[in-house]
Amino acid sequence: MGQFFQMQDLGAIAPELELVAFGMVLLLADLLIEEKRKLGIIALIGIAFSGFFLFRLRAIEFPAYGGAMVVDHFSTFFKLVFLIGAGLSIAISLKYLDIERENHGEYYALILFSTMGMMFMAGAVDLVTLYIGLETMAISTYVLVGFLRSNQRSNEASMKYFLLGAFSSGILLYGMSLLYGLSGSTRFSNIAAALAQRPESDPISLLAMITLSAGLFFKIAAVPFHQWTPDAYEGAPTSITAFMSVAVKAASFAMMVRIFMVAVYPLRLHWVAIMGAVSVLTMTVGNIAAITQSNLKRLLAYSSISHAGYILIGFIAGNETGLTAVPLYLLIYTFTNIGVWSIVVALRRKGIIGEHIDEMGGLYFRHPAAAVLMLIFLLSLAGIPPTAGFIAKYYLFAAAIETGHNLLAVIAVLNAAISIYFYFRIVVAMFMRDATEKTGLTYSPGLVTALGVALVFTVWIGIYPDPFIAMARQAALMAF
Amino acid sequence: MQFFQQHILSILVFWPLVGVFVLVFLKKEDASLIKWWSNFVMIAGFLLSVPLWFWFNFDNADQMQFVESVPWIQTLGANYHVGIDGISLLLVLLTTLLGPLAVLSSWDAIENRLKEFYVFMMLLQTGMLGVFISLDFFLFYVFWEVMLVPMYFIIGVWGGPRKLYAAIKFFLYTLVGSVLLLLGILALYFTYPSIAAQHPEIAQAFGTSYTFDVLAFQAIGSYLPFNFQYWVFLALFVGFAIKVPMFPFHTWLPDAHVEAPTAGSVILAAVLLKMGTYGFLRFSLPILPDGTKYFVPLMIGLSIVAIIYGALVAMMQPDMKKLVAYSSVSHMGFVTLGMFALNPNGLNGSVIQQINHGISTGALFLIVGIIYERRHTREISQFGGLSNVMPIYAIVFLIMTLSSIGLPLLNGFIGEFTIMMGALQENLWWAVVGGSGIVLGAAYMLWLYQRTMFGKIENPSNEKLLDMNLRELATLVPLIIMAFWIGLYPAPFFKALDKPVNKIVAKVRPDYFQGAPRLAAEREGDRR
Repeated sequence: MGQFFQMQDLGAIAPELELVAFGMVLLLADLLIEEKRKLGIIALIGIAFSGFFLFRLRAIEFPAYGGAMVVDHFSTFFKLVFLIGAGLSIAISLKYLDIERENHGEYYALILFSTMGMMFMAGAVDLVTLYIGLETMAISTYVLVGFLRSNQRSNEASMKYFLLGAFSSGILLYGMSLLYGLSGSTRFSNIAAALAQRPESDPISLLAMITLSAGLFFKIAAVPFHQWTPDAYEGAPTSITAFMSVAVKAASFAMMVRIFMVAVYPLRLHWVAIMGAVSVLTMTVGNIAAITQSNLKRLLAYSSISHAGYILIGFIAGNETGLTAVPLYLLIYTFTNIGVWSIVVALRRKGIIGEHIDEMGGLYFRHPAAAVLMLIFLLSLAGIPPTAGFIAKYYLFAAAIETGHNLLAVIAVLNAAISIYFYFRIVVAMFMRDATEKTGLTYSPGLVTALGVALVFTVWIGIYPDPFIAMARQAALMAF
Repeated sequence: MQFFQQHILSILVFWPLVGVFVLVFLKKEDASLIKWWSNFVMIAGFLLSVPLWFWFNFDNADQMQFVESVPWIQTLGANYHVGIDGISLLLVLLTTLLGPLAVLSSWDAIENRLKEFYVFMMLLQTGMLGVFISLDFFLFYVFWEVMLVPMYFIIGVWGGPRKLYAAIKFFLYTLVGSVLLLLGILALYFTYPSIAAQHPEIAQAFGTSYTFDVLAFQAIGSYLPFNFQYWVFLALFVGFAIKVPMFPFHTWLPDAHVEAPTAGSVILAAVLLKMGTYGFLRFSLPILPDGTKYFVPLMIGLSIVAIIYGALVAMMQPDMKKLVAYSSVSHMGFVTLGMFALNPNGLNGSVIQQINHGISTGALFLIVGIIYERRHTREISQFGGLSNVMPIYAIVFLIMTLSSIGLPLLNGFIGEFTIMMGALQENLWWAVVGGSGIVLGAAYMLWLYQRTMFGKIENPSNEKLLDMNLRELATLVPLIIMAFWIGLYPAPFFKALDKPVNKIVAKVRPDYFQGAPRLAAEREGDRR
């Protein structure tokens, strides 16, 4: 094992440390700086610095802290996704929080802490490290969801999210404790070795795997553990909904890849069966429930549930294509989804909530640019070429076909077709109905930047995905 | 010039995008500038495509010509690979011809949101041309899906009273088909390397790594196991059959046609439907020969049902546009009947009939559109005796009616006759039952003509109708010329088709050219 702590270990967590430092600075600066928007700028600088440190780690792989975590292409890729998600979420928050009259410094600090937790989740190869990362992320997010203190919905959402989140963490811990009991170690590789020794269909291993899966399914909002999602997404400040739907979701999937592809990999035969059912249910329930929604935030929440269902296909396939698809999908989903949520944020104006689908009515006539952007992002969510979303879905479907999961592939593509129906309800409202609301949208430099970034990458990855596929493939090699 | 000749296909495909780019910067109040520019772009697009006909080497019509191949997504093995053979040559020219006519016909018909309308028409043109020239399955799929969105908007924004319903129905139907098609493509994609590795000649020509090359897929076609072909054929079938549309996947078509604006209907009938039949010809038949042969009875059965059912339903329609829409179902039934007769006559006729259908049905939709613009109704019972006030209109309508029902000297006859020969070669009953569809076709079209054109004018609002103006005539004259050309001198068209069609037949029925047994007997011997 060697020494537990070496100096180079500090280098391994430099991006995380940097986020913590900036988070602390933000908390202090909050006392001094009156104009809170400046704090957002500081937070963005922090993200950029963290990205710089991450960039320096891009090409190296090494274990740190005696093997409790690693720096590898997989973790670096996901950390990049988190930083992008966090950075863009902050960019769209700057003006939004003013409108909600809840511009407080700790908001940005909490986003940074939450992101720091995610980074540990992506790098952890040890149950304890993983769990600490997870809770750091989760607790910060609970607070952020309830950030609109005077808003009843926000409070309710936070409470629900907190209770169910804590509950699911409990289940997760239960599974973890069983794994520890079986293997005498918290290291993923040791757990895998111990599980491989156990007889096939050993009830204890299965129980450990099942409880662990249930906890994880909660975190990614897979059916039947999805009920918290629409409420939490609807009640949370929209910028935080965006943050949750991209960064928090990506972190949960990063954790899942490590656990399923390493720690409980010996039980693959069993978890594939469970995951197959969950994936089908998640896609279908998410899509069908989304059809009936008339609140944009709830509709997008259900759509995000169904996307989690698609991503699970990558795990079920479990080969190189499948595991390339997971990070690739999450990266693409981050850009596209931030784009969609940015438009929803822009719809929130003084005195107008802007969440009902009717409030999108005739958006094209008043704000053609916003409507066209929204169209592009929705097409990407639905997976229509030549947008990035098509490449993402293509990869998942390809993985399913390659590994012979033909029925699953058919169900998935039919679901993708269903999803067009509700995405296009928004399109119909924007392009084919008369304008209902006369007031302008709230654009801000931050929002426009976020939209621009989202657009560029949604189109770029759609037309020329090669470099991004290469990155995702390199990340996927971790599991082999 | 050489640059132009080498890149003519790319220029054709992306030229409309240049038009879109400029259009975006035009002011939307500038209606006439927008119209002039759009018409210029489309007509220029047609003129750019004319050299294809002269530069195309008809002696090697089965070889891909004007080929361009550039690596695109290398991690997937997808290339920007385009080229045309005789079949796609005709379809490309059909598209470049109908596009400007549809745009020209919209001059007065589209009054609001002009700019978007023309943007979508041009995007549509790019998508359709892309489909016909792609030799890479990935590229093909991208174009195939890309054209859904503009068509959705054309129906959904400028359509009739139930436009939203029709638009989303069109979108959902075709999307379900296309995603299943994608799965079929993926299955081929993942099977290719293992088959290629076993056959040195294929490995040498196309390599053994993953590829989307259509020609490579065609090369492995005969080596694919039957079970595999069976499933992939079904996947591709759903994708293409919805587009054609074959019975029973046709229900989106009448809705889409009736609600779409004239230009949308013209493009839909004349070009979009051909994408389905083209898909069968280019992919299903050569890549999955055994699957194709196995499904012949089903395909022929569905074709015959479509012919008869489409015709009968057309006969009962009170709405002119719906009548033409159902006649499309019937005519496309002929196209698939000829195709799945799987012999040179049948396939030749099938492709010619695709072109014919594009010409005559496109023209009929234009004709219905002209009267609709004047009266804002398409109810047949509202009309009668129009030949008295609109003589030129009556003549044009008559020519196109006759073309549609297959009168000799006009294009429809050539196609239907060749298809019938092909069908007769295989099975007497296919020809007999299919042929009765021609009779029904004559019945509903002539009846329509009689009810709207002949007799006295009884509805006072028809008394002051203006005859066709020059612009409207200009949209129809090219189609009339084409109808007579194909009717009187189809030889160049057959010359373009013969070789590629023989190549397909040789793929599907390798022993056909060595004194072939009839298809039925061959299927018995062939099942593995």
